[in-house]
Amino acid sequence: MPDWLETLIRVLAVVAAFLTLPLLVGQAEHKVMAHMQGRLGPMYAGAFHGWAQLVADGVKFVQKEDITPRDADRPVFRLAPVIALLPYLLALLVIPLGPGDLVGQPLDVGLFFVLAVVGIGVVAVLMSAWASANKYSLLGGLRGAAQLLGYELPLVLAAASVAMAAGTLSLTGIVEAWRPWWLLWQAPAAVVFFVAGLAEIRRPPFDMPIADSELVFGYLTEYTGLRFAFFLLAEYVGIVVIAALTTVLFLGGWKGPFGDAHLGWLWTLLKVFAVSFVVIWLRVAYPRLREDQLQRLCWLVLVPLALAQLVLTAAVRVAF
Amino acid sequence: MTVADALLLGLGAVAVGAGALVVTTAHLVRAGLYLVVCLGAVAGLYLVLTAELVAWVQVLIYVGAVVVLLLFAVMLTRAPIGASADLDRPGLPALLVGGGASLGLAALLVDAYRWSSVPAPAPGTAEVLGAQLFRSWVLPFEVLSVLLLAALVGAIIVSRPDIGGGGR
Repeated sequence: MPDWLETLIRVLAVVAAFLTLPLLVGQAEHKVMAHMQGRLGPMYAGAFHGWAQLVADGVKFVQKEDITPRDADRPVFRLAPVIALLPYLLALLVIPLGPGDLVGQPLDVGLFFVLAVVGIGVVAVLMSAWASANKYSLLGGLRGAAQLLGYELPLVLAAASVAMAAGTLSLTGIVEAWRPWWLLWQAPAAVVFFVAGLAEIRRPPFDMPIADSELVFGYLTEYTGLRFAFFLLAEYVGIVVIAALTTVLFLGGWKGPFGDAHLGWLWTLLKVFAVSFVVIWLRVAYPRLREDQLQRLCWLVLVPLALAQLVLTAAVRVAF
Repeated sequence: MTVADALLLGLGAVAVGAGALVVTTAHLVRAGLYLVVCLGAVAGLYLVLTAELVAWVQVLIYVGAVVVLLLFAVMLTRAPIGASADLDRPGLPALLVGGGASLGLAALLVDAYRWSSVPAPAPGTAEVLGAQLFRSWVLPFEVLSVLLLAALVGAIIVSRPDIGGGGR
């Protein structure tokens, strides 16, 4: 197979995953939330338990009028949703699905790449917040930037711990080095990474930047139609990316009870959906954190915990 | 001209163009956004030069954190949408100093390396960089980290009047 064809197939596969996985997670969120709250959720679209609800939502978003506020900074306002979506697409490119070559693009510094591109998302938040020419948007954007900058630190520290344990920055290499007892050894880092990841994608209980009861909808207030749908899509791809990273870094990726060589992709997907389920569960279970509680949790709990984990990881590495 | 040469030229043009826009645009926040483009293009230059790790460090630190802090600060103080005509200042001296320095440096480097060739170093993977940093350059690395720690402690003391320093 020529190189360009292989690259094309890989990129197409990643784009396909980019378009289907978030829809699955979104539909799961509708149904899981509904059942946890004692209601049915979507039941009509597509006839069988409302499976086509998100497709219908997409059609609705396309039909809606695309409004740009008169006072907005038009180019920046229009560019922001694309910038919000792009980092997650790039991140999906290097996350391994199975052993060997089952990854969009194997990269030596894959972990670093993912952390770097996910960090770009905050630029989109600031762009959309400022360009909307709306005080609620600006307030939401400032909250969002403070939150994302703060939680980036524990996120990177927790990832550094597992990279140190595995002795490599390659995501495939980390899964290969992973052993079941790491579940215990790296448990604090896993918790820190997952919580910081939730804050990075601004999911409840960390949705202070878009707190709908006080800021209308934060930096998304002025967005309509397809551009708003882009931000929503970014949120669901964000869930997939954070769940996949937690899986790859801390839950052993494609390693399962049997048949790793052939069923690896299945174990990865199962773990990703299990972690996504927990993300949805947390949204239903916990109320929104107040701004000061949110910063306190980050700087006084997560950062010290991540640093302690780094010391522990280094000690175990040196001792054995 | 190879593909790498063309990419270097293109990315360099983007970096210089975006850099010029940063200092000439009258839109405050847009200047910060152009800075994102400029620093991103520099990261692209590192990538073409096979310094993979440095490129992603550039994206993580500069695009993801430094520019964001800058934008954050600008939005906290005063960030009107549209041009701020009153924020202009004479640019000619700066142009002379900056342009003169960079032209002089460029001439010096071109002259120094016109007839000599240097073997290309090994690709800047994380492994190579780590080995260099923690074997040959470990002392400067440690001194730098102490300097950064001192700056951090100083920043905390300056910003908190209740623990001395700023209160008086």
